[in-house]
Amino acid sequence: MVRLALGYVRSRAVAEEVAQEAWLGMLRGLDGFEGRASLRTWLFQIVVNRAISAGRREHRYVPVDDRDLEDDDGAFGQDGWWTTPPVHWADRAVDRIAARDVADRIRELISRLPPGQRQVVTLRDVEGLASSEVCLVLGITEANQRVLLHRARSRIRALLEREVMT
Amino acid sequence: MRRRPAPSGHDMTCRQAVALVTDYLDGALTGEQAALFRAHLAECPHCTEHLAQIRVTVAPTGQVGIDDLDPLARADLIDLYRRWRAGT
Repeated sequence: MVRLALGYVRSRAVAEEVAQEAWLGMLRGLDGFEGRASLRTWLFQIVVNRAISAGRREHRYVPVDDRDLEDDDGAFGQDGWWTTPPVHWADRAVDRIAARDVADRIRELISRLPPGQRQVVTLRDVEGLASSEVCLVLGITEANQRVLLHRARSRIRALLEREVMT
Repeated sequence: MRRRPAPSGHDMTCRQAVALVTDYLDGALTGEQAALFRAHLAECPHCTEHLAQIRVTVAPTGQVGIDDLDPLARADLIDLYRRWRAGT
């Protein structure tokens, strides 16, 4: 929850405060939960709402947007085919990526992603929410959510590639 | 009447296929798009590898330590939630 709040506010202290407030809000506000979402989704929704208002107080609220759409999938020619085909490593990555230091690097990379990508990949791939839940929590469309997830995964893929190749 | 030919791997470029990987994994492609995507993969080892790499990427991301609820808080919360669902 602290990590989610950090998508909206810069300071860790504020993020921790937000997560704590969310807990209190949750305990007091069970009426607000209408059974339309899972417990986790509902909790994340509370964190996001509170982080947005805390971020406004901080004057640093960064809304989810899709301005980070640069093409980092790979190298393609004008005709749309690979100019530099990918190095094949997926089948020998399993041992390497299970290592603890790789998880640390992934965590560090996620913290540096643009806010939209960071929030979506945290909720989808770290926290394991369904795409419909992520859309509900962040108030974005399914298509926008997939674009942000795609960008984030592409960057993590590139990181793993460097890890496996070295 | 002419039947529409089965899609070939060349009906979709590598750039297009790679751009659709996340939609494919989420089951968000239309039937026609998914058929084109699979036809492309069947003929393109590089895009097949790219898809495998993205699949491999998603797994370790889930291993990143999350801010787990401590067990006591979790038990309290689940209890509250159950009572709420039971309408008490």
